[in-house]
Amino acid sequence: MLTATDFTAVVLTLKLAALSTAILMVLGTWLAWQLAHTRSWWKQPVSALVSMPLVLPPTVLGFYLLLLFGPHGPIGQFTQTLGLGALPFTFSGLVVASVIYSLPFVVQPIQNAFETAGRRPLEVAASLRASPRDAFLTVAIPLARPGLLTAAVLGFAHTVGEFGVVLMIGGDIAGETKVASVAIYDHVESLHYANANVLAASMATFAFIVVLTVGLLNHRLAGRDL
Amino acid sequence: MTPPRSLIALGLFLAFSTVHAGEVKVAVAANFLTPMKMIAKSFEIGTGYKVLVSAGSTGQLYTQIKNGAPFQIFLSADQKTLAKLAAQKLTVPGTRFTYAVGKLVLWSAKPGFVDSRGEILKRGSFRHIAIANPKLAPYGAAAMETMQNLNVLASIEPKIVWGENIAQTQQFIASGNAELGFVALSQVISGGKPAKGSMWMVPGNLYAPIRQDAALLANGKDRPAAEALLKYLKGGTARAVIKSFGYGL
Repeated sequence: MLTATDFTAVVLTLKLAALSTAILMVLGTWLAWQLAHTRSWWKQPVSALVSMPLVLPPTVLGFYLLLLFGPHGPIGQFTQTLGLGALPFTFSGLVVASVIYSLPFVVQPIQNAFETAGRRPLEVAASLRASPRDAFLTVAIPLARPGLLTAAVLGFAHTVGEFGVVLMIGGDIAGETKVASVAIYDHVESLHYANANVLAASMATFAFIVVLTVGLLNHRLAGRDL
Repeated sequence: MTPPRSLIALGLFLAFSTVHAGEVKVAVAANFLTPMKMIAKSFEIGTGYKVLVSAGSTGQLYTQIKNGAPFQIFLSADQKTLAKLAAQKLTVPGTRFTYAVGKLVLWSAKPGFVDSRGEILKRGSFRHIAIANPKLAPYGAAAMETMQNLNVLASIEPKIVWGENIAQTQQFIASGNAELGFVALSQVISGGKPAKGSMWMVPGNLYAPIRQDAALLANGKDRPAAEALLKYLKGGTARAVIKSFGYGL
């Protein structure tokens, strides 16, 4: 069974993933909308920026977060003047890191969904005198439903699986920054294989269920829309 | 059909690079990385052998060796890890020796932040103190012992951030993310002089001596390069380097 500290780590992981996903869905939908409907020169550079966490090793992100968000870094000094303190070693710091780290997993499926639907349904809605806001909420969003669902699940799952960044900026504090992946690492390094096994097996089961659910739901949603 | 010449070259390169008799792979506890690199360099110049150094916490390296890592020499940060490896016949009997006695310091990158008597631990006027994970790193265990003996552990515990090894602990402090922390003297000293910042040399009566042992691993048996390096570590040149980093011998 899970020990008390492992249970704390699992709860913290789920809390981190839920909060990051909520922020990502708002931010990601907005960004995806802009990217899907612009022909501006900044489309490709911004897309590239959003996708960077896909190719960068987490250590690069962790390294810069540690320096930029630390008490001597520009962002760290800004958050300190706001009275928020420096972000490394805090739960808020992990949320910010997760949002950056999981951004492409949320933006890309939504952007694809918006682009697949195209402008035509929106133009039809406009001709029926729907306001842009109305058209967005009652036409674009429902049409993008499979993309939104995939985005939410991938964003959540990817945050649960985060390790390298947390290891670099977390400081391994129980209840604050010690997430499940770090707890597993600690167990393995200190040769507590049985404890590591319980947590690792739970994570593997979780990942399988998540991926399977996305597949099944997408299948069903796609079937209904046809 | 003959394979292209570049493929043959690649094959030869791989064949020679994987088995290299004049090479010695060393696992070193993070606190001894910098001195080890200096020793390795002079050893390479003197002998023509090549040294490949891998660093981590003693606990991490132990796990790797136990699971078949190809190291030939292990410079641990304690004695009990090598005793455990010896019990599993993973070291060559009779090769174990103490190469250095480590010293613990409380260090801050800010000048004047840590006073020369460590009173700051009692005042607790800081947000984060970095300590290496005591389950993996002997210097972390020594830091916990020190705070216990000073009766400050309970009040400080909520402010501790844990480094995976002593190198990450130092980096948390050097980047200013933790105002202070416990590290090895060897990490904050260079050329016999303390690096920037402020420090308190923790008195030896507050923690059990950190005797750091090295041994030839089973993988290094009958390898001339590994045996030569082990001998070199006991010699005058190496001892001078070790002393210059503030270790006892």
